[in-house]
Amino acid sequence: MTAGASRRRAAIAGVAESDLGKTPQHTVLSQQAQAATAALKESGLGFGDVDALFCAGNMGFAPPMAMAEYLGLQVDWLDGTNIGGSSFEAHVGHAAAAIEAGMIDVALITYGSTQRTDRSRGAAGPATLGSQFERPYGLPMPVGAYALAAMRHMHSYGTTSEQLAEIAVSARDWALLNPKAFHHGSGKLTVDDVLASGFIAEPLHKLDCCLVTDGGGAVVMVAEDRWADLAVRPVEVLGHAETSTHAQISEMPDVTVTGAARSGPEALKRAGVSHADIDLLAIYDSFTITVLMTLESLGFCKPGEGADFVAGGRTGPGGEIPMNTNGGGLSYCHPGMYGIFLLIEAARQLRGECGDRQVDGAELALVNGTGGVLSSTSTVILGRG
Amino acid sequence: MPTPPVPDADTRPFWEGVAEGELRLQRCDDCRQAIFYPRSICPHCQGSSVSWFTAAGTGTVHTYTVAHRAFGDAAKEVPFAVALVDLDEGARMMSRITGDPAAVSIGARVRMAPETFEGADGAFALPYFRIDGGGA
Ligand SMILES: [Zn+2]
Repeated sequence: MTAGASRRRAAIAGVAESDLGKTPQHTVLSQQAQAATAALKESGLGFGDVDALFCAGNMGFAPPMAMAEYLGLQVDWLDGTNIGGSSFEAHVGHAAAAIEAGMIDVALITYGSTQRTDRSRGAAGPATLGSQFERPYGLPMPVGAYALAAMRHMHSYGTTSEQLAEIAVSARDWALLNPKAFHHGSGKLTVDDVLASGFIAEPLHKLDCCLVTDGGGAVVMVAEDRWADLAVRPVEVLGHAETSTHAQISEMPDVTVTGAARSGPEALKRAGVSHADIDLLAIYDSFTITVLMTLESLGFCKPGEGADFVAGGRTGPGGEIPMNTNGGGLSYCHPGMYGIFLLIEAARQLRGECGDRQVDGAELALVNGTGGVLSSTSTVILGRG
Repeated sequence: MPTPPVPDADTRPFWEGVAEGELRLQRCDDCRQAIFYPRSICPHCQGSSVSWFTAAGTGTVHTYTVAHRAFGDAAKEVPFAVALVDLDEGARMMSRITGDPAAVSIGARVRMAPETFEGADGAFALPYFRIDGGGA
Protein backbone atom coordinates (compact mmCIF):
# COMPACT_ATOMS: atom_id res chain seq x y z
CA MET A 1 0.00 0.00 0.00
CA THR A 2 2.18 2.83 -1.23
CA ALA A 3 0.59 6.25 -1.13
CA GLY A 4 -0.19 7.69 -4.53
CA ALA A 5 0.54 4.48 -6.39
CA SER A 6 -2.16 3.13 -8.61
CA ARG A 7 -3.82 0.32 -6.70
CA ARG A 8 -7.26 -1.16 -6.34
CA ARG A 9 -8.69 0.84 -3.47
CA ALA A 10 -10.81 -0.46 -0.58
CA ALA A 11 -13.45 1.37 1.42
CA ILE A 12 -15.68 0.82 4.41
CA ALA A 13 -19.29 0.95 3.23
CA GLY A 14 -21.98 -0.10 5.72
CA VAL A 15 -21.39 -0.19 9.46
CA ALA A 16 -23.76 -1.19 12.26
CA GLU A 17 -24.04 -2.17 15.90
CA SER A 18 -26.30 -4.91 17.20
CA ASP A 19 -28.36 -4.27 20.33
CA LEU A 20 -25.96 -3.06 23.03
CA GLY A 21 -25.87 -3.07 26.82
CA LYS A 22 -27.50 -6.16 28.33
CA THR A 23 -28.94 -8.44 25.66
CA PRO A 24 -30.31 -11.71 27.12
CA GLN A 25 -32.45 -12.01 23.95
CA HIS A 26 -29.29 -12.62 21.91
CA THR A 27 -26.71 -15.29 21.37
CA VAL A 28 -23.24 -14.27 20.23
CA LEU A 29 -24.26 -15.43 16.73
CA SER A 30 -27.64 -13.67 16.54
CA GLN A 31 -25.97 -10.41 17.56
CA GLN A 32 -23.59 -10.67 14.63
CA ALA A 33 -26.38 -11.64 12.24
CA GLN A 34 -28.34 -8.58 13.35
CA ALA A 35 -25.36 -6.24 12.88
CA ALA A 36 -24.37 -7.83 9.55
CA THR A 37 -27.89 -7.50 8.18
CA ALA A 38 -28.02 -3.82 9.15
CA ALA A 39 -24.54 -3.03 7.83
CA LEU A 40 -25.21 -4.69 4.46
CA LYS A 41 -28.59 -2.97 4.17
CA GLU A 42 -26.98 0.39 4.88
CA SER A 43 -24.33 -0.26 2.23
CA GLY A 44 -26.93 -1.15 -0.40
CA LEU A 45 -25.52 -4.66 -0.82
CA GLY A 46 -26.83 -8.09 0.16
CA PHE A 47 -25.44 -11.28 1.70
CA GLY A 48 -25.12 -12.66 -1.84
CA ASP A 49 -22.47 -10.05 -2.57
CA VAL A 50 -20.23 -11.13 0.33
CA ASP A 51 -17.20 -13.15 -0.75
CA ALA A 52 -15.04 -12.84 2.38
CA LEU A 53 -15.79 -13.25 6.10
CA PHE A 54 -13.66 -12.01 9.00
CA CYS A 55 -14.45 -13.09 12.60
CA ALA A 56 -12.29 -12.80 15.70
CA GLY A 57 -14.07 -15.13 18.05
CA ASN A 58 -16.22 -15.70 21.13
CA MET A 59 -17.89 -18.68 19.52
CA GLY A 60 -15.75 -21.71 20.14
CA PHE A 61 -13.70 -23.60 17.62
CA ALA A 62 -13.04 -21.91 14.23
CA PRO A 63 -15.21 -18.78 14.54
CA PRO A 64 -15.37 -17.86 10.82
CA MET A 65 -16.76 -21.34 10.03
CA ALA A 66 -19.38 -21.07 12.77
CA MET A 67 -20.45 -17.62 11.63
CA ALA A 68 -20.60 -18.55 7.94
CA GLU A 69 -22.71 -21.60 8.78
CA TYR A 70 -25.13 -19.58 10.92
CA LEU A 71 -25.55 -16.97 8.18
CA GLY A 72 -25.91 -19.67 5.50
CA LEU A 73 -22.95 -18.36 3.54
CA GLN A 74 -20.25 -20.16 1.60
CA VAL A 75 -17.50 -17.60 1.19
CA ASP A 76 -14.20 -17.94 -0.65
CA TRP A 77 -12.02 -16.08 1.86
CA LEU A 78 -12.03 -16.68 5.62
CA ASP A 79 -9.94 -14.85 8.21
CA GLY A 80 -10.13 -15.71 11.90
CA THR A 81 -7.27 -13.51 13.05
CA ASN A 82 -7.63 -12.95 16.79
CA ILE A 83 -5.14 -10.53 18.33
CA GLY A 84 -7.59 -9.29 20.97
CA GLY A 85 -9.41 -5.98 20.75
CA SER A 86 -7.37 -4.75 17.80
CA SER A 87 -8.42 -7.73 15.64
CA PHE A 88 -10.92 -5.70 13.63
CA GLU A 89 -8.42 -3.03 12.59
CA ALA A 90 -6.24 -5.95 11.47
CA HIS A 91 -9.23 -7.40 9.59
CA VAL A 92 -9.66 -4.09 7.76
CA GLY A 93 -6.00 -4.15 6.79
CA HIS A 94 -6.14 -7.77 5.67
CA ALA A 95 -9.35 -7.18 3.69
CA ALA A 96 -7.86 -4.09 2.04
CA ALA A 97 -4.80 -6.11 1.02
CA ALA A 98 -7.00 -8.89 -0.42
CA ILE A 99 -9.10 -6.30 -2.28
CA GLU A 100 -5.95 -4.61 -3.59
CA ALA A 101 -4.68 -7.99 -4.80
CA GLY A 102 -7.94 -8.65 -6.61
CA MET A 103 -8.78 -11.71 -4.50
CA ILE A 104 -12.08 -10.41 -3.05
CA ASP A 105 -14.65 -7.66 -3.74
CA VAL A 106 -16.89 -7.49 -0.68
CA ALA A 107 -15.76 -8.35 2.85
CA LEU A 108 -17.95 -8.73 5.93
CA ILE A 109 -16.33 -8.23 9.36
CA THR A 110 -18.40 -9.20 12.40
CA TYR A 111 -18.08 -9.36 16.18
CA GLY A 112 -20.39 -10.15 19.06
CA SER A 113 -20.25 -10.79 22.81
CA THR A 114 -22.76 -11.62 25.52
CA GLN A 115 -20.24 -11.27 28.35
CA ARG A 116 -22.42 -9.02 30.53
CA THR A 117 -25.35 -11.44 30.38
CA ASP A 118 -23.06 -14.47 30.77
CA ARG A 119 -21.06 -12.87 33.60
CA SER A 120 -18.08 -14.53 31.91
CA ARG A 121 -15.48 -11.78 32.28
CA GLY A 122 -12.53 -13.10 34.28
CA ALA A 123 -13.32 -16.76 33.75
CA ALA A 124 -10.23 -18.77 32.87
CA GLY A 125 -9.00 -22.35 32.57
CA PRO A 126 -5.91 -24.08 33.99
CA ALA A 127 -2.59 -22.18 34.13
CA THR A 128 -0.86 -23.84 31.17
CA LEU A 129 1.89 -22.70 28.78
CA GLY A 130 2.92 -19.07 29.35
CA SER A 131 0.05 -18.42 31.76
CA GLN A 132 1.61 -20.74 34.38
CA PHE A 133 3.96 -17.81 35.09
CA GLU A 134 1.21 -15.24 35.69
CA ARG A 135 -2.14 -16.77 36.66
CA PRO A 136 -0.98 -18.34 39.97
CA TYR A 137 -0.28 -14.84 41.34
CA GLY A 138 -3.99 -13.98 41.20
CA LEU A 139 -3.81 -10.60 39.53
CA PRO A 140 -7.20 -9.69 37.99
CA MET A 141 -6.72 -9.52 34.24
CA PRO A 142 -6.65 -7.54 32.10
CA VAL A 143 -6.87 -4.64 34.58
CA GLY A 144 -3.89 -5.81 36.64
CA ALA A 145 -1.59 -5.69 33.63
CA TYR A 146 -2.66 -2.17 32.73
CA ALA A 147 -2.16 -1.17 36.38
CA LEU A 148 1.44 -2.42 36.22
CA ALA A 149 2.00 -0.23 33.15
CA ALA A 150 0.27 2.78 34.73
CA MET A 151 2.34 2.51 37.92
CA ARG A 152 5.56 2.53 35.91
CA HIS A 153 4.36 5.42 33.74
CA MET A 154 3.65 7.44 36.89
CA HIS A 155 7.09 6.57 38.25
CA SER A 156 8.91 7.49 35.02
CA TYR A 157 7.01 10.65 34.09
CA GLY A 158 5.15 11.89 37.16
CA THR A 159 1.77 11.12 35.56
CA THR A 160 -1.03 11.45 38.14
CA SER A 161 -4.40 9.81 38.73
CA GLU A 162 -6.03 13.21 38.20
CA GLN A 163 -4.49 13.40 34.72
CA LEU A 164 -5.65 9.88 33.82
CA ALA A 165 -9.14 10.73 35.07
CA GLU A 166 -9.45 13.53 32.50
CA ILE A 167 -9.64 10.86 29.81
CA ALA A 168 -12.67 9.29 31.49
CA VAL A 169 -14.25 12.73 31.94
CA SER A 170 -13.94 13.58 28.22
CA ALA A 171 -15.28 10.15 27.24
CA ARG A 172 -18.35 10.75 29.40
CA ASP A 173 -18.87 14.21 27.88
CA TRP A 174 -19.02 12.56 24.44
CA ALA A 175 -21.36 9.80 25.71
CA LEU A 176 -23.83 12.45 26.86
CA LEU A 177 -24.15 13.38 23.15
CA ASN A 178 -24.60 9.76 21.92
CA PRO A 179 -28.07 8.24 22.47
CA LYS A 180 -26.63 4.73 22.02
CA ALA A 181 -24.07 5.18 24.80
CA PHE A 182 -24.49 3.08 27.97
CA HIS A 183 -23.88 6.24 30.03
CA HIS A 184 -25.87 8.58 27.76
CA GLY A 185 -28.22 9.46 30.60
CA SER A 186 -25.76 9.16 33.48
CA GLY A 187 -24.78 12.83 33.69
CA LYS A 188 -21.37 14.44 33.71
CA LEU A 189 -18.38 12.85 35.35
CA THR A 190 -15.75 14.78 37.32
CA VAL A 191 -12.12 14.00 38.09
CA ASP A 192 -13.16 13.65 41.74
CA ASP A 193 -15.81 11.08 40.78
CA VAL A 194 -13.11 8.94 39.18
CA LEU A 195 -10.75 9.25 42.15
CA ALA A 196 -13.58 8.42 44.58
CA SER A 197 -14.68 5.31 42.67
CA GLY A 198 -12.27 3.01 44.54
CA PHE A 199 -9.18 1.14 43.45
CA ILE A 200 -9.49 -2.02 41.38
CA ALA A 201 -5.72 -2.41 41.00
CA GLU A 202 -3.58 0.54 42.05
CA PRO A 203 -3.29 3.09 40.52
CA LEU A 204 -6.40 2.32 38.45
CA HIS A 205 -9.84 3.08 39.89
CA LYS A 206 -13.16 1.59 38.87
CA LEU A 207 -13.88 4.57 36.61
CA ASP A 208 -10.46 4.28 34.92
CA CYS A 209 -11.81 0.98 33.54
CA CYS A 210 -14.01 0.25 30.54
CA LEU A 211 -17.57 -0.94 30.81
CA VAL A 212 -18.51 -4.61 30.72
CA THR A 213 -21.43 -4.84 28.28
CA ASP A 214 -22.95 -7.12 25.65
CA GLY A 215 -22.92 -6.06 22.04
CA GLY A 216 -21.88 -6.75 18.49
CA GLY A 217 -20.97 -4.93 15.35
CA ALA A 218 -20.38 -5.36 11.64
CA VAL A 219 -18.34 -3.56 8.99
CA VAL A 220 -18.72 -4.08 5.23
CA MET A 221 -15.73 -3.39 3.00
CA VAL A 222 -15.98 -2.94 -0.73
CA ALA A 223 -13.54 -2.76 -3.66
CA GLU A 224 -13.60 0.45 -5.67
CA ASP A 225 -15.14 -1.30 -8.67
CA ARG A 226 -18.35 -1.57 -6.64
CA TRP A 227 -18.43 1.90 -5.06
CA ALA A 228 -20.92 3.15 -7.66
CA ASP A 229 -23.42 0.54 -6.38
CA LEU A 230 -23.29 1.76 -2.79
CA ALA A 231 -26.11 3.46 -0.92
CA VAL A 232 -23.59 5.29 1.30
CA ARG A 233 -20.52 7.39 0.72
CA PRO A 234 -17.48 5.07 0.86
CA VAL A 235 -14.89 5.73 3.58
CA GLU A 236 -11.56 4.91 2.05
CA VAL A 237 -8.94 2.81 3.81
CA LEU A 238 -5.77 4.83 3.19
CA GLY A 239 -3.27 2.93 5.29
CA HIS A 240 -2.92 0.13 7.81
CA ALA A 241 -0.22 -1.49 9.93
CA GLU A 242 -0.24 -3.93 12.83
CA THR A 243 2.16 -5.54 15.27
CA SER A 244 2.39 -7.61 18.42
CA THR A 245 5.02 -7.03 21.10
CA HIS A 246 4.08 -9.73 23.63
CA ALA A 247 1.13 -11.77 24.92
CA GLN A 248 1.62 -11.49 28.69
CA ILE A 249 2.47 -8.27 30.53
CA SER A 250 5.64 -9.72 32.08
CA GLU A 251 7.03 -10.08 28.53
CA MET A 252 6.25 -6.50 27.39
CA PRO A 253 9.55 -5.00 26.18
CA ASP A 254 8.87 -1.53 27.67
CA VAL A 255 5.75 -1.34 29.82
CA THR A 256 5.23 2.34 28.96
CA VAL A 257 5.40 2.00 25.13
CA THR A 258 2.91 0.03 23.01
CA GLY A 259 3.30 -1.45 19.54
CA ALA A 260 1.56 1.68 18.24
CA ALA A 261 5.09 3.09 18.11
CA ARG A 262 5.53 0.75 15.12
CA SER A 263 2.04 0.44 13.65
CA GLY A 264 1.15 4.15 13.96
CA PRO A 265 3.98 5.72 11.97
CA GLU A 266 3.85 2.88 9.42
CA ALA A 267 0.10 3.32 8.82
CA LEU A 268 0.54 7.10 8.44
CA LYS A 269 3.41 6.56 6.01
CA ARG A 270 1.40 4.12 3.91
CA ALA A 271 -1.47 6.65 3.82
CA GLY A 272 0.91 9.44 2.88
CA VAL A 273 -0.31 11.70 5.69
CA SER A 274 1.13 13.09 8.93
CA HIS A 275 -0.08 13.51 12.50
CA ALA A 276 -1.06 17.13 11.87
CA ASP A 277 -3.45 16.07 9.09
CA ILE A 278 -5.61 13.93 11.41
CA ASP A 279 -9.01 15.45 12.29
CA LEU A 280 -10.39 12.68 14.44
CA LEU A 281 -8.95 10.06 16.80
CA ALA A 282 -10.49 6.69 17.63
CA ILE A 283 -8.18 5.23 20.27
CA TYR A 284 -8.97 2.00 22.11
CA ASP A 285 -9.81 3.02 25.68
CA SER A 286 -9.94 -0.21 27.64
CA PHE A 287 -8.47 1.83 30.49
CA THR A 288 -7.50 5.49 30.79
CA ILE A 289 -3.81 4.53 30.74
CA THR A 290 -4.31 2.73 27.40
CA VAL A 291 -5.21 6.05 25.76
CA LEU A 292 -2.36 7.98 27.34
CA MET A 293 0.29 5.46 26.33
CA THR A 294 -1.18 5.00 22.86
CA LEU A 295 -1.15 8.73 22.08
CA GLU A 296 2.50 8.87 23.12
CA SER A 297 3.41 5.69 21.24
CA LEU A 298 1.63 6.85 18.08
CA GLY A 299 3.77 9.98 18.21
CA PHE A 300 1.06 12.60 18.81
CA CYS A 301 3.25 13.75 21.69
CA LYS A 302 6.50 12.71 23.33
CA PRO A 303 6.75 9.95 25.96
CA GLY A 304 5.52 11.42 29.23
CA GLU A 305 3.55 14.23 27.55
CA GLY A 306 0.30 12.29 27.08
CA ALA A 307 -1.20 13.91 30.18
CA ASP A 308 -0.73 17.39 28.72
CA PHE A 309 -2.15 16.20 25.39
CA VAL A 310 -5.50 15.23 26.94
CA ALA A 311 -5.63 17.97 29.61
CA GLY A 312 -8.42 20.51 29.84
CA GLY A 313 -10.88 18.68 27.60
CA ARG A 314 -8.61 18.92 24.53
CA THR A 315 -10.01 15.59 23.26
CA GLY A 316 -13.59 16.20 24.43
CA PRO A 317 -16.53 17.89 22.67
CA GLY A 318 -15.41 21.22 21.23
CA GLY A 319 -11.76 20.35 21.92
CA GLU A 320 -8.84 20.76 19.54
CA ILE A 321 -8.48 17.07 18.69
CA PRO A 322 -11.75 15.15 19.12
CA MET A 323 -11.21 11.58 20.36
CA ASN A 324 -13.59 8.68 20.98
CA THR A 325 -16.65 10.70 20.02
CA ASN A 326 -19.09 7.84 20.72
CA GLY A 327 -18.14 7.88 24.41
CA GLY A 328 -15.58 5.08 24.02
CA GLY A 329 -15.18 1.84 25.88
CA LEU A 330 -15.29 3.92 29.04
CA SER A 331 -18.83 5.30 28.58
CA TYR A 332 -20.47 3.91 25.39
CA CYS A 333 -20.00 0.13 25.33
CA HIS A 334 -17.28 -2.47 25.76
CA PRO A 335 -18.23 -6.05 24.90
CA GLY A 336 -14.83 -7.69 25.40
CA MET A 337 -13.10 -6.88 22.13
CA TYR A 338 -14.06 -3.30 21.37
CA GLY A 339 -12.05 -2.51 18.23
CA ILE A 340 -14.93 -2.88 15.76
CA PHE A 341 -16.77 0.01 17.42
CA LEU A 342 -13.83 2.36 16.81
CA LEU A 343 -14.25 1.70 13.08
CA ILE A 344 -18.04 2.12 13.17
CA GLU A 345 -17.80 5.53 14.84
CA ALA A 346 -14.97 6.79 12.64
CA ALA A 347 -16.90 5.82 9.49
CA ARG A 348 -20.03 7.61 10.71
CA GLN A 349 -18.06 10.74 11.61
CA LEU A 350 -16.36 10.83 8.21
CA ARG A 351 -19.79 10.48 6.57
CA GLY A 352 -21.09 13.37 8.68
CA GLU A 353 -23.91 11.40 10.33
CA CYS A 354 -23.22 11.99 14.01
CA GLY A 355 -25.76 14.68 14.88
CA ASP A 356 -25.04 16.43 18.18
CA ARG A 357 -21.58 14.93 18.40
CA GLN A 358 -20.59 15.47 14.75
CA VAL A 359 -17.06 16.83 14.32
CA ASP A 360 -17.28 19.60 11.74
CA GLY A 361 -15.16 19.02 8.66
CA ALA A 362 -13.81 15.62 9.76
CA GLU A 363 -12.00 14.26 6.69
CA LEU A 364 -9.21 12.09 8.05
CA ALA A 365 -9.38 9.71 11.02
CA LEU A 366 -6.76 7.63 12.80
CA VAL A 367 -8.15 4.45 14.36
CA ASN A 368 -5.92 2.51 16.76
CA GLY A 369 -6.91 -0.80 18.27
CA THR A 370 -5.05 -2.32 21.21
CA GLY A 371 -5.44 -5.99 22.05
CA GLY A 372 -4.61 -8.30 24.93
CA VAL A 373 -2.66 -6.58 27.68
CA LEU A 374 -1.18 -3.74 25.58
CA SER A 375 0.01 -6.66 23.45
CA SER A 376 -1.08 -6.02 19.89
CA THR A 377 -1.84 -2.82 18.04
CA SER A 378 -3.38 -2.20 14.67
CA THR A 379 -3.66 1.27 13.18
CA VAL A 380 -5.96 2.25 10.30
CA ILE A 381 -6.12 5.60 8.52
CA LEU A 382 -9.54 6.36 7.08
CA GLY A 383 -10.46 9.18 4.69
CA ARG A 384 -13.78 10.71 3.65
CA GLY A 385 -14.47 9.37 0.18
CA MET B 1 -5.68 -21.45 47.15
CA PRO B 2 -3.84 -20.03 44.11
CA THR B 3 -4.44 -21.45 40.63
CA PRO B 4 -1.76 -24.18 40.39
CA PRO B 5 0.78 -23.91 37.56
CA VAL B 6 0.73 -26.79 35.05
CA PRO B 7 4.41 -27.70 34.51
CA ASP B 8 5.32 -29.04 31.06
CA ALA B 9 8.33 -30.30 29.12
CA ASP B 10 9.74 -26.76 28.86
CA THR B 11 9.16 -25.69 32.44
CA ARG B 12 9.42 -28.72 34.75
CA PRO B 13 13.00 -27.96 35.91
CA PHE B 14 11.90 -24.48 36.96
CA TRP B 15 9.04 -25.74 39.15
CA GLU B 16 11.19 -28.53 40.60
CA GLY B 17 13.70 -25.84 41.57
CA VAL B 18 11.08 -23.70 43.27
CA ALA B 19 9.96 -26.70 45.31
CA GLU B 20 13.58 -27.05 46.47
CA GLY B 21 13.89 -23.32 47.24
CA GLU B 22 15.96 -22.50 44.16
CA LEU B 23 15.30 -20.10 41.27
CA ARG B 24 16.40 -21.93 38.14
CA LEU B 25 16.61 -19.95 34.91
CA GLN B 26 17.91 -20.63 31.45
CA ARG B 27 20.75 -18.93 29.61
CA CYS B 28 21.24 -18.93 25.84
CA ASP B 29 24.41 -20.75 24.82
CA ASP B 30 24.77 -18.42 21.83
CA CYS B 31 24.00 -14.85 22.99
CA ARG B 32 24.54 -15.62 26.72
CA GLN B 33 21.41 -13.70 27.77
CA ALA B 34 19.19 -14.99 30.58
CA ILE B 35 15.80 -16.36 29.54
CA PHE B 36 12.50 -16.34 31.40
CA TYR B 37 9.98 -17.93 31.08
CA PRO B 38 11.68 -21.25 30.27
CA ARG B 39 11.42 -22.38 26.65
CA SER B 40 13.14 -24.35 23.93
CA ILE B 41 14.29 -21.38 21.84
CA CYS B 42 16.11 -18.20 22.82
CA PRO B 43 13.64 -15.30 22.46
CA HIS B 44 16.58 -12.88 22.09
CA CYS B 45 18.45 -14.50 19.19
CA GLN B 46 16.29 -17.54 18.29
CA GLY B 47 19.18 -19.85 19.09
CA SER B 48 18.10 -23.40 19.89
CA SER B 49 20.67 -24.21 22.54
CA VAL B 50 19.77 -23.16 26.09
CA SER B 51 21.15 -24.29 29.46
CA TRP B 52 19.75 -24.21 32.99
CA PHE B 53 21.51 -22.43 35.84
CA THR B 54 20.60 -21.50 39.39
CA ALA B 55 20.02 -17.78 39.91
CA ALA B 56 20.55 -15.85 43.13
CA GLY B 57 16.82 -15.35 43.66
CA THR B 58 17.25 -11.60 44.11
CA GLY B 59 16.05 -8.67 42.07
CA THR B 60 14.51 -5.22 41.89
CA VAL B 61 10.87 -4.20 41.57
CA HIS B 62 10.40 -2.79 38.05
CA THR B 63 6.74 -2.03 38.61
CA TYR B 64 3.92 -3.30 40.83
CA THR B 65 0.26 -3.00 41.59
CA VAL B 66 -1.85 -3.62 44.65
CA ALA B 67 -4.99 -5.55 43.73
CA HIS B 68 -8.14 -4.52 45.58
CA ARG B 69 -10.39 -6.81 43.52
CA ALA B 70 -9.65 -10.25 42.15
CA PHE B 71 -11.39 -13.28 40.69
CA GLY B 72 -11.86 -16.65 42.36
CA ASP B 73 -9.95 -17.54 45.53
CA ALA B 74 -7.61 -14.56 45.09
CA ALA B 75 -10.56 -12.30 45.97
CA LYS B 76 -10.22 -13.49 49.58
CA GLU B 77 -6.64 -12.24 49.75
CA VAL B 78 -7.05 -8.60 48.71
CA PRO B 79 -5.29 -6.27 49.05
CA PHE B 80 -2.13 -7.98 47.77
CA ALA B 81 0.89 -6.79 45.79
CA VAL B 82 2.02 -8.25 42.47
CA ALA B 83 5.22 -7.02 40.83
CA LEU B 84 7.33 -7.41 37.74
CA VAL B 85 10.74 -8.22 39.20
CA ASP B 86 13.93 -7.56 37.28
CA LEU B 87 16.14 -10.46 38.38
CA ASP B 88 19.80 -9.68 38.94
CA GLU B 89 20.75 -12.08 36.14
CA GLY B 90 18.79 -10.00 33.63
CA ALA B 91 15.39 -11.64 33.16
CA ARG B 92 12.02 -10.25 34.27
CA MET B 93 9.30 -12.24 36.01
CA MET B 94 5.94 -11.67 37.66
CA SER B 95 5.39 -12.64 41.28
CA ARG B 96 3.59 -11.80 44.49
CA ILE B 97 5.42 -9.60 46.94
CA THR B 98 4.32 -10.91 50.33
CA GLY B 99 4.06 -8.87 53.50
CA ASP B 100 2.57 -5.39 53.78
CA PRO B 101 1.55 -4.19 50.27
CA ALA B 102 2.21 -0.60 51.37
CA ALA B 103 5.90 -1.49 51.80
CA VAL B 104 6.33 -2.24 48.09
CA SER B 105 7.82 0.41 45.81
CA ILE B 106 9.47 0.63 42.42
CA GLY B 107 13.18 0.06 42.83
CA ALA B 108 12.80 -1.95 46.05
CA ARG B 109 15.16 -4.91 46.44
CA VAL B 110 13.38 -8.25 46.73
CA ARG B 111 14.37 -11.83 47.45
CA MET B 112 12.57 -15.05 46.52
CA ALA B 113 10.74 -16.71 49.40
CA PRO B 114 8.72 -19.64 48.00
CA GLU B 115 5.45 -20.68 49.60
CA THR B 116 3.92 -24.14 49.38
CA PHE B 117 0.23 -24.90 48.88
CA GLU B 118 -1.82 -28.07 49.09
CA GLY B 119 -3.67 -28.43 45.80
CA ALA B 120 -6.31 -30.96 44.78
CA ASP B 121 -3.62 -32.73 42.74
CA GLY B 122 -0.87 -32.47 45.34
CA ALA B 123 1.42 -29.84 46.82
CA PHE B 124 2.97 -27.10 44.71
CA ALA B 125 5.29 -24.19 45.47
CA LEU B 126 5.18 -20.67 44.03
CA PRO B 127 8.24 -18.40 43.83
CA TYR B 128 6.81 -15.55 45.87
CA PHE B 129 9.17 -12.70 46.76
CA ARG B 130 9.49 -10.48 49.82
CA ILE B 131 11.14 -7.14 50.39
CA ASP B 132 14.82 -7.87 51.04
CA GLY B 133 15.60 -6.62 54.52
CA GLY B 134 19.29 -7.23 53.94
CA GLY B 135 19.43 -10.32 56.17
CA ALA B 136 19.73 -13.99 55.19
ZN1 LIG C 1 20.21 -16.09 22.41
